[in-house]
Amino acid sequence: MAVVELEKLVKDYAGFRAIHGVDLTIEDGQFCVFVGPSGCGKSTLLRMIAGLEDISGGELRIDGERVNEQRAAERGLAMVFQSYALYPHMTVRENLAFGLENIRTPKDEIRRRVDDAARMLQIEEHMQRRPKQLSGGQRQRVAIGRAVVREPKVFLFDEPLSNLDAELRVVMRGEIASLHRRLGNTMIYVTHDQVEAMTMADKIVVLKLGTIQQVGSPLDLYNRPANQFVAGFIGSPRMNFLKMSVAETRAESIVVKEENGRSFEAAVSPEGVKAGDKVTVGIRPEHLEIGSERGHPVTIDSIEQLGGESYLYCTDAGGNPVTIHKSGQTRHRAGEEAQVFLPAESIHVFKEDGAALERLRIGEAV
Amino acid sequence: MVWSFISRTRGRNRFDLTDWLTWGYLIFGILLMFGPVLWVAMSSFKTDAALSEYPPTFLPLSPQTVIVEGYDEPLPLYEITGGEYEGRTLAQIRRIGLNAQMVDPQNPGERLNVSINDREPAREFSVAWGNYTQLFERFNFMQYFWNSAFITVVATIITVIFNSMAAFALAKYKFRGRTVVFLLIIATLMIPPTINLVPIYLVVNELGIVNSPWGVIWPAVATPTGVFLLRQYMLTIPDDLLDAARMDHASEWRVYWRIVLPLAAPAIAVLVIFSVMWRWNEFLWPLIVLTRSEEFTLQLALNAFQGDLQTSWSGLLAMTVLTLLPITIIFALLQKNITAGIAQSGVK
Repeated sequence: MAVVELEKLVKDYAGFRAIHGVDLTIEDGQFCVFVGPSGCGKSTLLRMIAGLEDISGGELRIDGERVNEQRAAERGLAMVFQSYALYPHMTVRENLAFGLENIRTPKDEIRRRVDDAARMLQIEEHMQRRPKQLSGGQRQRVAIGRAVVREPKVFLFDEPLSNLDAELRVVMRGEIASLHRRLGNTMIYVTHDQVEAMTMADKIVVLKLGTIQQVGSPLDLYNRPANQFVAGFIGSPRMNFLKMSVAETRAESIVVKEENGRSFEAAVSPEGVKAGDKVTVGIRPEHLEIGSERGHPVTIDSIEQLGGESYLYCTDAGGNPVTIHKSGQTRHRAGEEAQVFLPAESIHVFKEDGAALERLRIGEAV
Repeated sequence: MVWSFISRTRGRNRFDLTDWLTWGYLIFGILLMFGPVLWVAMSSFKTDAALSEYPPTFLPLSPQTVIVEGYDEPLPLYEITGGEYEGRTLAQIRRIGLNAQMVDPQNPGERLNVSINDREPAREFSVAWGNYTQLFERFNFMQYFWNSAFITVVATIITVIFNSMAAFALAKYKFRGRTVVFLLIIATLMIPPTINLVPIYLVVNELGIVNSPWGVIWPAVATPTGVFLLRQYMLTIPDDLLDAARMDHASEWRVYWRIVLPLAAPAIAVLVIFSVMWRWNEFLWPLIVLTRSEEFTLQLALNAFQGDLQTSWSGLLAMTVLTLLPITIIFALLQKNITAGIAQSGVK
């Protein structure tokens, strides 16, 4: 049972700072996901927690104890690697037992723990095989099993699903989530896939260029993104962004307008903006209403009909791409002109520096 | 299947010009490589008499002799090819000028005069096993063999351990001056070994290991080739594996011993073969360090056959063949690993 605390954690490589003072507390038993585009420092941060990278500054505490100077093994963590990193010259059983042998666990204890893990992960019939003879999903299970037998305080996952095909990824996602429910350990999971983050996390940490953009529960991040980067990163398909300016500030909303004069009310706090400021308006594809009059004019470029839902890819007069997500099927055709309406409760407004204005009424929170 | 692979031709169904060239070149190569070895092997079964014969023969044929009543020494047999006694086989008693005094073994009383142009030595196929047995009887072959084997095995084991540890550090640890150290090691390849002889001898002498196998072993164990070969191979072992082992409570020694070493096995096989060949065939350095004959390696013992006044060619050849055997066997067993190991350590 473990609480992981990061305080002003810094990582410097020669002449370049990869992690800029990260503060974060991961509660006991939490499933915490680090998410961000490649190169954002999420894997570096995980490896610093694991003890595989030196910490250049700040403090890392596990259960209140400073562990900066402890070696990887002493921190009581276990890690699942993106490449699985199974020892190719050992059988599955030897792979699972290696860590326990290193700490001189008694033989029968090793056998018991390895068998338990194998049963839990359904790899019992492959125990005598070598990793090369296993499929991707089986290797993944063995890699997880190797972490499980150690009974660690914290599990670390470094993009564990990125080498699997789409179908298997969904299955393994569910298995890791159920593993978390069963064991109740603290888990830290790194991914670049926001879908994985949304579906598995208790707490998501969005990173960009070595700094934390926002920390929160999946729906927090979806409903109240702190800035334009988080808004664009969380949610699929991506949020639409339209350049507008502030026409008027009211007590509990503002009015934004386009160059051509159409204006929309947005239920956001007017704090920090005044009439005439340039802003970026964000709206998720699923919140756009198509077909109403007095809306934002777009041309439909292409349509994807999935049966249960439809995606309309459009371009507006200014050349901005606009994606619309509609549940059910649509009668619209590619090439048509259409109008989209932006409901006040669904609009996000970002100032020029990217920071979001606080949303006062949230349409999604039904 | 093997045959259809070997007999493939470039031209359809018939020999193209390139096929002739390829086959000619390969056969020429085989003759060039194996001809001398085969000749040595054949010659090692010849008696001293047959060895000194001119023109030399390929097969171990020796002049036939016969014991004739009334003569103490065995007499050499000759086929008569011309003249009065053509077609008969006679024994020669002695040669007088252009004539030879001969006797018919069936009729020892009668002496016959034959012109030396009319006779040919009678020869038979005979294998002189004595060349080999004398190595063990009159000559302390096993002692030399043991000395060579000890030096080869121990030096190879130490070479593999030292070189792989150096390669592991150079391939997998980041430390200041890593590139410099690596380049220095590689740079020693450019120094001709003869230049090192004197300084190394001084060191060996100071350590008091002259005239002991360790005087041959220690200077040889650090090989830049081995470090380079293993380092290049270890670069291809993913870092994640080492990190995984570290997370698994493995000490750095265990990471090396349980993960890196087994995974570098193909490259290590190559180094083993090289090291065995180097140590087994080494001549100059043992010649300098080992002066007492009971410490001699096989190569030095071979050299000792060549005396100032006379050389025992039969013994020398037999010993050469015995010296070739172990290295040939090791090479034959591990040759698959050589190609695999070299191919893999070259490219990432």
